[in-house]
Amino acid sequence: MNKIILILKREYFTRVKKKSFLLTTILVPLVIIAFYAAIIAISLSDSSQKERIAVLDNAQLLDTSSLNGSKQMEWVFFRNLDESFLTKSYDSMGFDHFLFIAEQKDSTSETVTILHSKSAASFSTLREVEDIVSESNKLKKLKSMGLDPAKFEKAMSDVKLTTVIDSKEGTKDQVAGVAYGVSFICGLMIYMLMIIYGTQVMRGVSEEKTNRISEVIVSSVKPFQLMLGKILGIGAVGLTQFSIWILLMYGVKSSLPFIIPGLHSEVDDAMQSGSFAIIATTLKGLSTLPMGKIVSLFIFYFIGGYLTYASIFAALGSVVSEDQQEAQQMVFPVLMPIILGFVMLTKAINDPNSSLAVFGSIFPLTSPIVMMGRITYDVPIWELAASMVSLILCFLLFTWVAGKVYRTGILMYGKKPSWKQLLKWGLGK
Amino acid sequence: MDLLVLNSLKKNFSGQKAVDDVSFSIGEGEIFGLLGPNGAGKTTLLRMITGIFRPDEGDILFRGLPFDAEAHSRHIGYMPEERGLYKKMKIGEQLLFLAQLKGLSKKEAVNNIGIWFDKLGMNTWWNKKVEDLSKGMSQKLQFVATVAHGPSLIILDEPFSGLDPVNANLIKEEIFQLAKNGATIIFSTHRMEQVEEICNHIVLINKGQKMLDGNVHQIKQDFKENIFEIGVNVMAEQLMTALFEVIRFKKDELIIKLVHDTKNNDVLRYFIEKEIDIRYFREILPTLNEIFIRQVENTETARTFLTQNDHHE
Repeated sequence: MNKIILILKREYFTRVKKKSFLLTTILVPLVIIAFYAAIIAISLSDSSQKERIAVLDNAQLLDTSSLNGSKQMEWVFFRNLDESFLTKSYDSMGFDHFLFIAEQKDSTSETVTILHSKSAASFSTLREVEDIVSESNKLKKLKSMGLDPAKFEKAMSDVKLTTVIDSKEGTKDQVAGVAYGVSFICGLMIYMLMIIYGTQVMRGVSEEKTNRISEVIVSSVKPFQLMLGKILGIGAVGLTQFSIWILLMYGVKSSLPFIIPGLHSEVDDAMQSGSFAIIATTLKGLSTLPMGKIVSLFIFYFIGGYLTYASIFAALGSVVSEDQQEAQQMVFPVLMPIILGFVMLTKAINDPNSSLAVFGSIFPLTSPIVMMGRITYDVPIWELAASMVSLILCFLLFTWVAGKVYRTGILMYGKKPSWKQLLKWGLGK
Repeated sequence: MDLLVLNSLKKNFSGQKAVDDVSFSIGEGEIFGLLGPNGAGKTTLLRMITGIFRPDEGDILFRGLPFDAEAHSRHIGYMPEERGLYKKMKIGEQLLFLAQLKGLSKKEAVNNIGIWFDKLGMNTWWNKKVEDLSKGMSQKLQFVATVAHGPSLIILDEPFSGLDPVNANLIKEEIFQLAKNGATIIFSTHRMEQVEEICNHIVLINKGQKMLDGNVHQIKQDFKENIFEIGVNVMAEQLMTALFEVIRFKKDELIIKLVHDTKNNDVLRYFIEKEIDIRYFREILPTLNEIFIRQVENTETARTFLTQNDHHE
């Protein structure tokens, strides 16, 4: 036991002390956060320069007074001028665009508007102009039909569907999108972490083999101890990385208002104005989910899934030698169930009680991923128990078999053994 | 008392006999040579002694007790033929790790490593990495890694391969020193000339079987063929005698093989009576290489072995 801890510690500290560990652990989330911060900052900031737009409104469509508050554009109205004259000279007069609205014969005929620009107009400009013209057009037409615009708005209002879940703990709001998202992110994380850390185990083992250090070490410890120490050490690195990410996320979230003082009020404004309503909905949705249960199941399935696959990866690492291509070939069959699990996850999220989802979440090779698709819903207790027990049993069995393949593999050089041989090593005495 | 006793060890790999009924014992403080060509089963034998493999049959006694890897690995230092260290780990930490795996406390380990670093002039190495070392330096390091925990049985598989003469001598001296201080050394090689120089007890194995076992001096005596070298100036016609056959004839040197009953003094008397001046008279004992080849004569292994040794020399 003592020796396993020594190996675990070595494995852990050599990895954690590496510069690349710090880099990936701290830089990756920072880059992601910076990316999103940049997007938010850009969308919140005013465009650098007001564009000037010349308007010849022969239809008397637009309300001149209502347009002066525009943030993006400066509207300048002309009267009694010729369309062709403005088309030729709006550029030399210092305008970026020229909007022409043709005279209408009667109130029911179509409105013809043309926007002239020196170069292609930006998307936001087009949208603003279009919105304003359409809105004015609508108002004018409503008036000409004798309808009250305010009444019309009321009649047009959308119906909002409110959904609730009736569980044993009582009725609560359900925000389907959020549950969906949480499930998907959890499943994706387990999927990625299993592959990332699994391959790390494999690479570590095959490195030890090619360095020929394994023979030195197994003269001091049992091969099984070496394997287990390595798997646990790398798993601990994974958990460390995790905790750092969670801390970072928390830290950034609570320090954001200090870094960008105006952000909070702007976000609040934005939320009220509706464009950030999704954040509010998300937060509300998260609060309805059983987060404690989700987090603990996530950790259980991450550890269980990692341990189950890590021993297989270790066994594979022990049989391949220098040739990395060989390693790729051998890895593929192991990746299959992981990928399959991911495919099942998408199905399980949409239909958590389908027989495929139930099977996938109990079958130990896919359960760590598929179960994530179901944890935001109520999973029957016996299914959860069956899934957990079979995962633990599978981990024990795999580690036992993989340990024996590993024991033989790390001392074998030369020709790559066949799957049949590996099976014989694993199941032999 | 014998430090290590092997009783009819057997080990098969998928039906192939890697070690086939091998028994021998090694006394405390001996420098023991385990010899044999590549593929003879040396490494398999060593791996059983270090507890890496379990024998299919037979048993190993360490200090009179059945071998138990858990309990005895602390007393064994093993340097495999293929050297191995973590390339990217600092040397000091690496040695510390390996010594602690053997069961030393951190303090003991640091202390022991310090002593060896002093002895071999490696004091500046602690923070270096293996990948920064030359091949010879990493060999030295590997040796320290093997002995740092103060083992009473040191197993060295081809310890001098890749070492320049200066460093080879340095390590050789350390081996002698360790033996003098009571450590038992198993020295596995296919380089016979090193064995003659270093070992007092050897075992020869070939194709998994023991061919020879004994004291180096004794084995040479057992296999001697009464061949002598004589420094004399003679004419060919002066050598008409029934006492010996001439194997090689040169102007000032003869190599002869005495016929069955001839005594050394008979040969000397023969030359003295002919008034031929004898400058020297010396027995030529067979080298271990020759003995080995004779032992496994006509087998394929022996022939490849011979050509291999020619390459090395």
